Amino acid sequence: MNQWKILIVDDEGAMRESMAAWLTEDGHVVHTAASGLEAVERARQDDYAIYFIDLKMPPGIDGIETMMEIKKIHPEAAVIIITAYATVDTAITAMKEGAQEYIVKPCNPQEISILVDRLMKLKNLERENLMLRQKLTQQYDFQDIISKNPKMHEIFRLIKDVAGLPSTVLIRGESGTGKELIARAIHQAGQRSDKPFVAISCAALAESLLESELFGHERGAFTGAVAQRKGKFEQAEGGTLFLDEIGDISPKLQADLLRVLQERTFFRVGGNEEIEVDVRLIAATNTELQRAVRERDFREDLYYRLNVVNIQLPPLRDRREDVPLLARHFIDRISVELGKEVANISAGAIRLLMDHDWPGNVRELENAIERAIVSCRERVLGEEDLTFLAREALEGEAWAPPAQMTLEDVEQRVVEAMLQRTEGNIKEAAARLGIDRSTLYSKIKKYQIPRPSSDDN
Amino acid sequence: MNPIHVVPEQSVEIDVLERVETCLADTFGLPIHRMPSFKDPLFAFDTQRGQYSSTEILRWLTEKLPPGATALLAIVDRDIFIPMLTFVFGQAQLGGSLALVSLARLRQECYGLPPNPDLLLQRACKETVHELGHTFGLVHCRDPRCVMSLSISIEQVDAKRATFCAACRMLLRDSLEASAGAAAGPGGVQEDSHG
Repeated sequence: MNQWKILIVDDEGAMRESMAAWLTEDGHVVHTAASGLEAVERARQDDYAIYFIDLKMPPGIDGIETMMEIKKIHPEAAVIIITAYATVDTAITAMKEGAQEYIVKPCNPQEISILVDRLMKLKNLERENLMLRQKLTQQYDFQDIISKNPKMHEIFRLIKDVAGLPSTVLIRGESGTGKELIARAIHQAGQRSDKPFVAISCAALAESLLESELFGHERGAFTGAVAQRKGKFEQAEGGTLFLDEIGDISPKLQADLLRVLQERTFFRVGGNEEIEVDVRLIAATNTELQRAVRERDFREDLYYRLNVVNIQLPPLRDRREDVPLLARHFIDRISVELGKEVANISAGAIRLLMDHDWPGNVRELENAIERAIVSCRERVLGEEDLTFLAREALEGEAWAPPAQMTLEDVEQRVVEAMLQRTEGNIKEAAARLGIDRSTLYSKIKKYQIPRPSSDDN
Repeated sequence: MNPIHVVPEQSVEIDVLERVETCLADTFGLPIHRMPSFKDPLFAFDTQRGQYSSTEILRWLTEKLPPGATALLAIVDRDIFIPMLTFVFGQAQLGGSLALVSLARLRQECYGLPPNPDLLLQRACKETVHELGHTFGLVHCRDPRCVMSLSISIEQVDAKRATFCAACRMLLRDSLEASAGAAAGPGGVQEDSHG
């Protein structure tokens, strides 16, 4: 775990250095800044657990202003305002603007020691809380990879084999097959598991946004860049960066990515400083990248850099044996999440689920189970809770005319079908087809369609 | 082996000095070299606070550091401070060569109690070992019995031992081996005449 750092901001050298030395003896990493501006600059470059800021600092910005600027960059920063004179007004201002503490110098060593200990404990709790929450999410996700399918078991073995390697992984599969879960599983099974797993979908953002999301930006790099921001690469330092839908990135970003993969360094948008990065990259795509390479839409060199380890996830329709297993798993999880007492699924409902084609794969199955649980009034999910599946399948079926069919053939079939549906009612059939009755009569005559039994005449 | 140099203020009692030197020799396994004593360090006196700036004394010590010394420890009988704090028992350069200890707040008289020479000797040993420990790169230890634990009250000084815990001892050994380039040997006390 990284060590917390402390920043001491004071224009008085002796105060700054002696305080830094005293805290360093306590095992803390301590940096100093001689002015408010220098402090803000340091805060942009680094993250400090505690800021000791002297209230009066000529010239430039004073202690309160320094604190406010730092809070813009790190809203969670713990600030202790120091002053030689205690006045109620300054204390109130400091606390109002977000200072955690307000101390008058010189103060008792015990006071500082207790204060630092308390704030460090708080910071550690915050960090622990964040890590536990991340772990919990990861655990959920990992459990969701369930399969009896031999191809999937091969993939599980591959995950174990590649988890410990630094190699880039390319995961291919249709939308909803669980590409991100596989990426998380690789991260979780490797040595980087205690470091961040950062995911980003390349298709969701415009190129310029994606660039600054990935590489971060300096203050003023573009309109609206009011503060420096770390990108996903920096956020994932030491861990894994998952780039979903990699096939959608622009040629410029492809070149930038290639550079990071080759050099392990990059520049923030609008920045001059070359930033080193140690990140394992896992990319995913639901498009045929090889074809994009052939058609020169995707850089071949980048493709080979990404495609060091290749994992192809089968669609759910090719592993139907997993449907009951997954369905039961989702019922267990979602019923708890929704607070519903649905404990099982009927054999008929399972048959329905297995007959469905699942174009949206595991994600669609998960959504369907959630929808069914929401409307389910029994303890067991039944066929009646899944009727929406058949309806959606019908609606979703793509219509294509049979080969060799002419426009006239289509027209004849439509007129015949409408007359069947209206049981020969010319008036209703003409209205539904959006034509008048005489036009319909002429078409019946043209195509020699036998009249059904009833007529409106 | 390069010695630890000790430079006392004139008013520091000889028995305190001798006891501290023996203690340092036993603890660090290095020869101890006593330098001529110095008078009241008035250059470091802060008239507003009525105390002596430990930072100023450390700065002055930089010029006194003999070539090849492992460390230079100053012992004063003045109440010392750093600007942020009301007082400090001592100060040292972490991983550096200079250390300073004040006896002022180690004396029972400071707390309105009758003098206790034995207790002063014990406290002086603990604080000098502690500050010199910093010059060997040791930071404060979480074990309250270890001499490297942080003392911000006289009760805490009394509560800890004059020795290192196992972990700090190991770190000290590594540091001594690294800085001396050889295993530490038996120490001895060398004396200089007082000035």
